[in-house]
Amino acid sequence: MSDETAKPTSRRKFLQGAAVATGAVATGQMVHAQAAPDPAITEMQPWQQYLGAGVDASPYGMPSPHEAHVIRRNVPWLTADSVSSINFTPLHELDGIITPNGLCFERHHSGVAEVDPGLHRLMINGLVDTPMVFTVEDIMRFPRENRTYFLECAANTGMEWRGAQLNGCQFTHGMIHNVVYTGVPLRLLLEEAGVRTNAAWILPEGADASGMTRSIPLEKALDDCLVATHMNGERLRAEQGYPMRLVVPGWEGNMWVKWLRRIEVGDQPWHHREETSKYTDLLEDGEARRFTWVMDAKSVITNPSPQAPILHGPGPTVITGVAWSGRGSIPRVDVSLDGGQNWNQARMSGPSFDKSMHRFYYEFDWDGSPLLLQSRAMDSTGYVQPTKDQLREIRGENSIYHNNSIQTWALSEDGTAENVEVG
Amino acid sequence: MKKIALTAGILLASTSIYAVAQEAAAPSREGGFGLGREALPEEVAAWDIDIRPDGEGLPVGSGDVWTGEELFVDYCSACHGDFGEAVGRWPVLAGGFGTLDGEDPVKTIGSYWPYLSTVWDYVHRAMPYGAAQSLSDDEVYAITAYLLYLNEVVDDDFVLSNETFADVEMPNEDAFFMDDRAEVELPLFTQEPCMTDCTDGPVEVTMNAMVLDVTPEEEGAGDDAAEAEEEAAPEDTGPDPELVAAGEGVFRQCQTCHQVGEDARNGAGPILNGVVGAAAAHVEGFRYSPAMTGAAEDGLVWTEENLAAYLTDPRGFLRGNRMSFRGLSSEDDIAAVIAYIQASGPAQ
Repeated sequence: MSDETAKPTSRRKFLQGAAVATGAVATGQMVHAQAAPDPAITEMQPWQQYLGAGVDASPYGMPSPHEAHVIRRNVPWLTADSVSSINFTPLHELDGIITPNGLCFERHHSGVAEVDPGLHRLMINGLVDTPMVFTVEDIMRFPRENRTYFLECAANTGMEWRGAQLNGCQFTHGMIHNVVYTGVPLRLLLEEAGVRTNAAWILPEGADASGMTRSIPLEKALDDCLVATHMNGERLRAEQGYPMRLVVPGWEGNMWVKWLRRIEVGDQPWHHREETSKYTDLLEDGEARRFTWVMDAKSVITNPSPQAPILHGPGPTVITGVAWSGRGSIPRVDVSLDGGQNWNQARMSGPSFDKSMHRFYYEFDWDGSPLLLQSRAMDSTGYVQPTKDQLREIRGENSIYHNNSIQTWALSEDGTAENVEVG
Repeated sequence: MKKIALTAGILLASTSIYAVAQEAAAPSREGGFGLGREALPEEVAAWDIDIRPDGEGLPVGSGDVWTGEELFVDYCSACHGDFGEAVGRWPVLAGGFGTLDGEDPVKTIGSYWPYLSTVWDYVHRAMPYGAAQSLSDDEVYAITAYLLYLNEVVDDDFVLSNETFADVEMPNEDAFFMDDRAEVELPLFTQEPCMTDCTDGPVEVTMNAMVLDVTPEEEGAGDDAAEAEEEAAPEDTGPDPELVAAGEGVFRQCQTCHQVGEDARNGAGPILNGVVGAAAAHVEGFRYSPAMTGAAEDGLVWTEENLAAYLTDPRGFLRGNRMSFRGLSSEDDIAAVIAYIQASGPAQ
């Protein structure tokens, strides 16, 4: 077990920072008073005097070197190796609703396929009038749409079914990202091949070494699925399926086949590995739900959280987080400071798109006492995010996938936060 | 007029925060766009490999349990163990019966998978790990037969073929049902939420993640690794540190299967400590391919020159060996990765 001396360096730094901040308040000094001139003001800084880098120094651009800690992270013990594995979006370092492409969590089954777009083909075969082959250039000539969607792994928060385990919203909730996709409606490609009347399912397949496949009902394929080529304005990153991926709005991330190279049309589902051995939800009695595609409404407070403590001490404090639903938009999020006894409606800010992330804020004056922070999303269908116990009552603890329950962070007097369970 | 229209546009934009106007969908075109081309039958045949529970897609072929065992030991056991019991955190493939309703369910092909077609399809499309779609149809039949035998679904004299496929029933098929959240959960979770005094008195913390202490550390870990590496590097005669550093990057391609260093263990490939200058197939306890042990008997030694040739074209250098790696095309990368392996292995 961990004692105080075994804590990570970062935690010690948090504690020191918090001590300084609370110290200032304890002396009775207003935070506005300044004992001595601030060298950040009185001394010339190098960036004020010397020339900076020219326009060609960083032709694609990188974040500030001071933000070098803002990266995807892996939990090595989760998987056998780093090739068939997952990393996590640093939600606590982001704001707004858009995830930068370089921070979108990755999940691969046989590593990142490095596909030559000139050699990439998309085939549509099966129950169609004409089996078709499209090049990337062909795809770019179809009419396209721009849509903002979240992509969440069904296993997001799966490590928390049995209780508080990972100490950071990056690890508990970071298998999600939210970007603007540019893509061709899958409907247009299926229309080009001519779907036969007995067709009811499609099987998208990836070009990577796992040959990823999922069965998707034709109705969904014709409704809002896209074959995307861009995210947030730039071409898809290799780790997100370059040169093209499937977008299946509101449904579990595993279905959003990357490096998409084939779509078979059929009259029955295929029951492939991912939808039998993996993305099925085992209940307490040993029976399992299958085809659990929709992601239920969910939210999490990103700041403060275990990786993002409060360093400023008591006073005006901003609580913020994200919420999303696979069934619609999020008109409302409630925030509790006392572990769910009492709730306050948060302030929604930013665009409110269907099946997209939403940003919420709750501003209050923190008096420095311990808090139990929770957020509770309500989606546009009226679905209210359940507590962990409510979910466990129905599903037990063996489901792994689709844990959308309310998360609790215990905030201490020193401003640090910890992942906890409450009862 | 122009000004008024502009103002209206701004107003629309600000209210759209709460209600986004329905955007027109990208238009279909009667008769299609005439883009793309018809797929040739050979092209569809090359890619249309999927198998369904009713057997649709199965090619003609067969394989027996004991042939399957040999293949499994050669191609699968490094990750899944000789009997499907798994190595490390790789998937367990056999056993687990009667565990699904307990605290530690073991979901294997036998205990959990509803359809045999899934096994055939997955082995065929994605295995062996790192050499996908390299097995012949008969080999896939044989490995699938062995997996059924390990799971006590068939006897040891069973031969799986496209004809016997339909005779096999998977034990857990009936335990799956369609998603019923709409009926079971949505009515419960679609009620006006409580806002005040929602719990019986103050809530208490019942479990702490800090006590469990399984979260990766954010700082320090990387520094420690770098320090350990510095300590391990020889002071005078060792390889060029810059080359070693470059080799660390190249080695990422190897680390799926190989480990090197103090705590290295055999994975899909053998540990690489001391490999430079050592005889081929020198790691005890690793199951080499017959091709590799044969080459070792013929006196193959991993000189830097031999290693470089092997890394350039693994299959071409030694036919029949099992390293499923396409090879490194850059001489600089090869020199760097050899330097890294030399620098990283413990002193011999």
